[in-house]
Amino acid sequence: MATIQIRVNGTNRQIDDIDPTTPLLWALRDHLGMVGTKFGCGKGLCGACTVHLNGTAIRSCSTPVSAIEGQMITTIEGLAKDTENLHPIQEAWMEHDVPQCGYCQAGQMMNASALLAVNPKPSDQDIDNAMAGNICRCGTYKRIRKAIHTAAENGGAR
Amino acid sequence: MKKDLYDYELIPDVDMPAEFVQRIKDYDDLEDTTLDTNMARRQFLKLSGIAGGGLVLAFAMGGAPRAEAAHHGNKKGAAALNAYVQIKPDGKVVIAAKNPEVGQGVKTFLPMIIAEELEVPWESVSVIQSDIDEKRYGRQSAGGSQSTPRNWTPMREAGATARTMLVNAAAEKWGVSASKCKAEQGQVINTSNGKKLSYAELADAAAEQAIPDAKILSFKDRKDFKLLGKFIGGVDNHALVTGQPLFGIDTQLPGMLHAVYVKCPAFYGKVKRANLDEVKNLPGVIDAFIIEGNSVDGELSPGVAIVAKTTYQAFLAEKALQVSWDKSDASNESWGDFKEMAKDLTSKSAPATEESGDMAKAISQADKVVDSFYTYPFLSHSNLEPQNCAAWFRNGKMEIYAPTQTPQGIAGPVSKILGLKQEDVVITQVRGGGGFGRRLINDWVTEAAAIAHKVDAPVKLTWNREADMAHDFYRVGGFHNLKGTLDKKGKLTGLQDRTLVFTNKSNGRPVRGGGIRGGNIQAPEIPNVRIEAHEIPLTIPCGWWRAPTSCSVAWVFQSFIHEMAEAAGRDHLEFLIEQFGEPRHLGKQTARDFNTERAINVTKDVAEKANWGRKMKKGQGQGLSFYNSHLGYFAEVAEVTVDSSNRVKVDHVVASCDVGMLLNKSGGENQVEGSIIDAISTVAGQEITFEEGAVRESNFDEYPLLRMPSQPKIDIHWLTTDYAPTGLGEPAFPPAVAAVTNAIYNATGKRIHTMPISKEGFEIV
Ligand code: FES
Ligand code: FES
Repeated sequence: MATIQIRVNGTNRQIDDIDPTTPLLWALRDHLGMVGTKFGCGKGLCGACTVHLNGTAIRSCSTPVSAIEGQMITTIEGLAKDTENLHPIQEAWMEHDVPQCGYCQAGQMMNASALLAVNPKPSDQDIDNAMAGNICRCGTYKRIRKAIHTAAENGGAR
Repeated sequence: MKKDLYDYELIPDVDMPAEFVQRIKDYDDLEDTTLDTNMARRQFLKLSGIAGGGLVLAFAMGGAPRAEAAHHGNKKGAAALNAYVQIKPDGKVVIAAKNPEVGQGVKTFLPMIIAEELEVPWESVSVIQSDIDEKRYGRQSAGGSQSTPRNWTPMREAGATARTMLVNAAAEKWGVSASKCKAEQGQVINTSNGKKLSYAELADAAAEQAIPDAKILSFKDRKDFKLLGKFIGGVDNHALVTGQPLFGIDTQLPGMLHAVYVKCPAFYGKVKRANLDEVKNLPGVIDAFIIEGNSVDGELSPGVAIVAKTTYQAFLAEKALQVSWDKSDASNESWGDFKEMAKDLTSKSAPATEESGDMAKAISQADKVVDSFYTYPFLSHSNLEPQNCAAWFRNGKMEIYAPTQTPQGIAGPVSKILGLKQEDVVITQVRGGGGFGRRLINDWVTEAAAIAHKVDAPVKLTWNREADMAHDFYRVGGFHNLKGTLDKKGKLTGLQDRTLVFTNKSNGRPVRGGGIRGGNIQAPEIPNVRIEAHEIPLTIPCGWWRAPTSCSVAWVFQSFIHEMAEAAGRDHLEFLIEQFGEPRHLGKQTARDFNTERAINVTKDVAEKANWGRKMKKGQGQGLSFYNSHLGYFAEVAEVTVDSSNRVKVDHVVASCDVGMLLNKSGGENQVEGSIIDAISTVAGQEITFEEGAVRESNFDEYPLLRMPSQPKIDIHWLTTDYAPTGLGEPAFPPAVAAVTNAIYNATGKRIHTMPISKEGFEIV
C-alpha cells in the first residue's frame, strides 16, 4: 500500500492506502469518488475510461496510478472551466444531442477534445482514425463526428 | 381534430416477450380495460402537499373507482399514475417520467407529449424521474418499444387536462366563457380583448377547478404541434456531458463496499468448495462466501461472493479465487454440436406447427424449387455499462439501486430468496448504460441483494466485462432449412421452413425470442406455407435481444425472398412488393396485425429515395429489405463496395419508415441510426460460441462492436401517417441485416447463408 499524489482537474489530490498497481480508473472512481470516468472493458479495448494525462488521451483502466504520480490528469468533470463555461466539445455534444444511453460519451468527449488540441480542423478521416478506439454500443458515431466538426468550428482546440 | 388511426392492439405478442404478455394480460384483466374504454375511463387526481404548490395533477390509467381504491392501497384496481404534472406558481413546469431510461430517450419524449398538449415552452419544463411504486405508477418498464404506443394518449390527456383547468381558471377570473379563452405557450389569452394571464398567475386558481372529464378533452391538431416532431435534446444531457453521477455504476453510498460474484463458467454449475480463507486474507478483502442460489432461470445462480474495500481489490481477489465446481447439473452444450445436429435434423421432416395451403402440392407442381440453409449465431447484449447494482440491507429493508429495464420485477424474486416481505424491498431506478433487452432480466440485482443481505454495509456489485459476456441471456442462435417454390411465371407459390427451435428446459416452451410462426415471414401472398419445428431443449440462458425473434428471422426470410427473386430472374423490389399483395389490413387488432399498405408504401419510398436499381460500379451493390416489428414499418436499402479480398465497406444505408409520426426528431433518428449500426455490428463479426456449457468469447477483442471508421452514411425518411405513433427502440434493426447481406450478394454474386459474414470469408471495414 502506498500514498500517491496526483493532480486532478487542477487540484492536488493525495490518495492514501492505495495499492500502487491500482488502475487510475479505479483510483478516480473508488478512492476519489469521481465517477464520471467509466469502466467498460478494463482492457484498453473500448475507450470508456479515457482521460487526459498532461493533455494527451490515455486509457485510465490500463494505467497504474503509480505510473502517473505527480502528473496532471484531466477528467470529464474537469473538461469545462466551470459549469457556466462548457468546453466546445461539451456544447457540441448537447447541440447535436449525441448521447443515447450516454455511457461511452465521457470517454468519447475526452478523446475528441484531445484530438482537437493537436488537430484543430480534423477531416472525417482524421476523426475516424482518432476515434476508432472508442466504442459506442448505442451507435452514435454519426453524431459524434458531426459534433467534433462543430466543436472544431467553435474553437474546440483550446 | 383528426382522429389517430390505430393499427394494433397494445399486446403484439409476436414481438413481446411471453412473460411480458402474460403480465400485461394479468394487468389488463385487473384493470378491465381495452384501448377504447381505457381512454374514456382514465382518471386524473389532484395531489396536494407537493413541494412548490400550484396545480399538481397526477393521472391514472384505470377507471374512476380505482382512483379511490388507490387511496386505500388496494392492489386490485389500483390507479396507475403514469406521471404527474406540476405547474408551479413561478411558472416552472415539472413533469415526472415514470419509465426507466436506458438510452431510448423515454425520459425526454414522454414529457414532450405532455408539454405539447399543455401548451408550454419546453424551456420551462423540468423532468424528474419518478419513484418505483407499482401502487402509484402501475407498470414501469422499458421494453418492446412499448412506451410510445402505451403512453401516447394518456400523456396527451394529462397535458390537455391541465391546460383545460388553466383555461377554465382564466375564464372564471375574467368572467367570460372558456370558449373565449385560448392557451398559448404558458399563457391564457382572452380572445375578445387580447388580455393575457400567465400559467404562473393561474396555477393556484387552476388547482381549485374541477377536473374535466377525459371525454370532453380536446387535443391539438397535429398540424398545430410546436414541440412534437422537433429536434429536442435529452433531458439528462447537461449532466451527461459534465460527467455527473447518473448511472447505476455511479451509485455511491456511505461506507460502501465493493463486490464481485463468481459463477461457474458452465451455466448452472454449483460450488463444491473454494479457497475462501486464502481469499479473505488478501488486501482489502472484507469477506468471501458461497451463495447457494436457487438456480432458477433469471434469478440467482450459485457462486462465490467476494466483498472488498475497492472494486480493484475485489477484481484482484477474484483472480486468486480457486473454485472447484460441481458440474453435474451444469450445461455441457456446445455450439459446434448444435450446428452438426441442426444440419442433420432439419434435413428430416417434422410435424408442421403451422400450415396454410398445401406445401407438398406446391412442391410437386413447381417449375423451380430452391433449397437454402441459413444459420445465425447466439449474440450477447454487451451493454457498455457492465451489469452492476448497489444494495443496502438495513433495518430489515433491502434498498436497491438498479439500472434495470424492469424495476418491478425485482421485489418478487429478492423477497422470495431472502425471506423478506415484498414491501421491504425498495427500488431506486437509475439510468442504465444501454438496455437492448439485457436489463429486462434482473439476475445481477438478485446477486447484489443476496450479497448485501450478508454484509453490514452498503455493497456495490460490479461485473467485469468478462463476467458480463460469460453470463448474459443471449440472443438465441438458429437454423432454417428453407424450401421455396416458383411457378412458370416466376411467382412464389410456396415456402417451407424446417427449423430447429430451442426450448427452455424448465418449461418446454421456446426460449425467449426463439419461437417461429408463419407470420414472421411477412409475405402474406404466398399461398402455401409450412413451418416445421424440431425442438431441442437448451440450458444456455436466452433472453430478449433488441427486437426479439425479428432480429434474427427477418434476415432469414428477407434473404430468402431475395434468393427466390433471383431464381425467378425478377427484380427484387417488384418481387418483394408482390408478396405483400393488395394494400389491406390483415389481422387487424390481433397479434398478426400486418398492414400491407404501410409495408408497400415504405418499400416503394425507400426504393425511390435510394434510387433503387441504378447502375452500380463493379464490386458495388444495393440490397433491399423490409420488416415490420414492434408496430413499426421499415424498409431499408444498403449500398456496399466489396474489394477483391472480400473486404466490405457499407457505404450508405437509406431507411424509410412509418411509425405514424415522429415524436422527437433527435431521439427518434438516434434510435434508427443506432439500430442500423447495431445491425452492421452483428453482420460483421459477432458470434457467441460455447463449449462444454461455457461461453468462449470474453471481451471486445473476441466479440467486436462496430467502430467509428466502419459507419456508413445513413439517411432516414419518415412517412408521416395518421396512425398513432409507435416506438423506435427496435424496428429499424431487423431489416438492416438483410439489406447489407443482400447488397453483398448483388455486389459479388455470393449469398450469405451463415452469420456473421466473417464465417463466409468477408470482412466489414
Ligand atoms: S475500460 Fe478502459 S478501454 Fe475499456
Ligand atoms: S451512447 Fe450508449 S454506449 Fe455510446
